[in-house]
Amino acid sequence: MPSGLSRELVIQASYFVTAVLFILGLKRMSSPVTARSGILWAGAGMAVATLVTFLYPGMTNYEWIIPAMFAGAALAWWSGKRVAMTDMPQMIALYNGMGGGAAAAIAAVELYRGETGSYAVTSLAVAGGLIGAVSFSGSLIAFGKLQGLIKKSYRFAGQQVLNLLLLVGALALGVMIAGQFNASPAVVTGLFLAALILGFTMTLPIGGADMPVVISLYNALTGLAVGFEGFVLGNAAMIIAGTVVGSAGTLLTQLMAKAMNRSLGNVLFSGFGDTGGAATGTVTGSMKPIEASDAGVTMAFAEKVIIVPGYGMAVAQAQHKIWELVQLLIDRGVTVKFAIHPVAGRMPGHMNVLLAEAGVPYDLIADLDEINAEFETADVALIIGANDVVNPVARTDKSSPIYGMPILNADKAKNVIVIKRGQGAGFSGIENALFYLDNTRMLYGDAQKAASALIQSVKAVG
Amino acid sequence: MTGIVALYIFMLAAFTGYEVISRVPVILHTPLMSGSNFVHGIVLVGAMVALGHAHTRLEIGIGTLGVLLAAGNAVGGYVVTERMLEMFKASGAKAKKGGH
Repeated sequence: MPSGLSRELVIQASYFVTAVLFILGLKRMSSPVTARSGILWAGAGMAVATLVTFLYPGMTNYEWIIPAMFAGAALAWWSGKRVAMTDMPQMIALYNGMGGGAAAAIAAVELYRGETGSYAVTSLAVAGGLIGAVSFSGSLIAFGKLQGLIKKSYRFAGQQVLNLLLLVGALALGVMIAGQFNASPAVVTGLFLAALILGFTMTLPIGGADMPVVISLYNALTGLAVGFEGFVLGNAAMIIAGTVVGSAGTLLTQLMAKAMNRSLGNVLFSGFGDTGGAATGTVTGSMKPIEASDAGVTMAFAEKVIIVPGYGMAVAQAQHKIWELVQLLIDRGVTVKFAIHPVAGRMPGHMNVLLAEAGVPYDLIADLDEINAEFETADVALIIGANDVVNPVARTDKSSPIYGMPILNADKAKNVIVIKRGQGAGFSGIENALFYLDNTRMLYGDAQKAASALIQSVKAVG
Repeated sequence: MTGIVALYIFMLAAFTGYEVISRVPVILHTPLMSGSNFVHGIVLVGAMVALGHAHTRLEIGIGTLGVLLAAGNAVGGYVVTERMLEMFKASGAKAKKGGH
């Protein structure tokens, strides 16, 4: 066993290596070519930091540490391996909430003991604990909502006032703790209770559609809480990793909110997410149906087909069939691309994961900015399970709730084929003008069955 | 660690996080969020230290819960991120047909 000084050196050097591996890992994760190695690098950093922490001077309670580690790790391993790709957003929320809870637990241990010392350190412990606890309970609600455990969005008069009172109350208790350095356990308990309840009441009124932004926000908050607790413990790895995630997560949250045409304040305080506003505006014309056989022929003889998938495709598990269809078309010499709207799926980038699961290479997938100019030269735009993101009303009708949202210009394609279960309006209840255009044909039916029928039709062309 | 040095670390780390993410394509937003979720699993180290120095029954109880949650954050974050990123392939890599 090394002596005190060299042991300290080993620990600090290892944390340094961990911080470097985390940053390089995140950097690699920002390009699809290197992303896979990125998580491996970050994972190596985590392993180094965890192992070296056992060398920490004055550590006891191993009989608690080791079983708790194994139990948490085993449960997460088991659930993480099993979760379906469609359920990924809520799983991320759950793991994120656990991190927030852990940060709050560190703060609680330090504050109950009352040996945090200086005003600054105690304040950081309080701030980290408060943020961590909000992130914990808020993430649990987000998980429950996306998992379908909580179906309603609870709203009542004076909700914002209650939230404000809880926040002010928590802050007041925090100031009491920070000011006295050695607060009574009751005050510490009060702080954490207020923060936990605040997380619940803040998140309950937010609708499912807005949840990704909220999860991303809580991810950033957990990072910040971890960074703060890192200051309290004098742990550089926690400070750096936590702060990097805090700022990266904040940026990611802004990007997501922008992609959804929502401001963060709007998401947190208005509750549009699932009410969607009443269906407004009347659309003239009629929907014109098409048979799968005709649609297949149109696509088989096209030069360029752009596919616009939505969450409906993933729910029907049609992505495998669609990829089969695309491969047939490519073999015939048709140029095929997937156009992904930033909010396709339940979270920005979620649809890419679902397509990747089906085996679609990422270089066939284009995002909104890359693809929008190409619709004019496309012979067919095939819409599967997407609705609001291709509604041209967003460009023209100022009275529409989705006015101003960036959309995929599928209406500019020569032919538009829409696979749709029935004639109802979309997720937000807004009529889709695209369905009534002269160049649009509706292919009614379940996405998976329709895709199979299209495959048969293309094969029949030979 | 002196306060001012800590403040510098905080500032530089914040800029680093911003820079690392700012050029990310939308297709990687979900895995990247999951990856950054894994990175704050470093809270495990802090939870271990807090529990390792806990004395009263209350502190040990909360500390144990903290370690349990933190280990879940780290391991769960890793497993799901790895699963998602594993699937990203380019055309050149001869994508295999999907199927259950």
